[in-house]
Amino acid sequence: MDEVEIKLPSNPKLSKIVRCGVSHICELSGFPEDEKNAVVRAVDEAFSNIITHTYNGKKNKSIVVILRALEDRLEVRLRDLGDKVDPNEITPRDLDDIRPGGLGVHLIRSSMDEVHYNRSLKVGNELILEKYLPGKR
Amino acid sequence: MEVNIRDDNHIKIVAVTGEVDLYSSPKLRTELLETTKAKHKAILVDLHQVSYMDSSGIATLVEALQQVKKYGGKLKIANLQGAVRDVFELSRLDKVFDIYSSLEEAKPTFG
Repeated sequence: MDEVEIKLPSNPKLSKIVRCGVSHICELSGFPEDEKNAVVRAVDEAFSNIITHTYNGKKNKSIVVILRALEDRLEVRLRDLGDKVDPNEITPRDLDDIRPGGLGVHLIRSSMDEVHYNRSLKVGNELILEKYLPGKR
Repeated sequence: MEVNIRDDNHIKIVAVTGEVDLYSSPKLRTELLETTKAKHKAILVDLHQVSYMDSSGIATLVEALQQVKKYGGKLKIANLQGAVRDVFELSRLDKVFDIYSSLEEAKPTFG
């Protein structure tokens, strides 16, 4: 399958479009239900993090979600045009610290097999999330 | 997402329907905070009809729980299932909240 690219503004009301697209691609790829849910969760959290942290809640900025169903895995890239983030500063918080917020990074990392940034972009950021198909890792 | 709040004897049942995400969670937060501002002692959140919840939705529940504890009230959750249960477990919040498999199981625990 070729790439599927979803380009949309950074408006939270549109996040369901991303979830539905990711869900469908996961089904086509053959992920079981629980792993499909994990991928949807991770991509949705990443999308929300861009809106909240990179774009500071602005609803008119650009986010591109690229889905690539590879032979052994699904690759999801989320691109934004915001200020460069330092991946070293993105750390999950202590789960024993019970308070509202701050769970997004943990949910992303616990739901995907690979999480890393493409550091080669001159403008903006690209987060790469990968999930291996069952038995392929 | 819809939030329906009703009284069941002395318990405030907060029934949530739909998907709770960054767009809809502020509405849930508003509804929950109105309930805690009124200092209701017994709040039961029914998630039977919730098909998806993200970290912002979780945050609203955590905030409400913290508010309730300040005045000695109780906030419990019923009908946690599927992907929503997964998020609670991944966040280890299944150890923080009192969670019940049904409203009927939860109600007597409020005393």
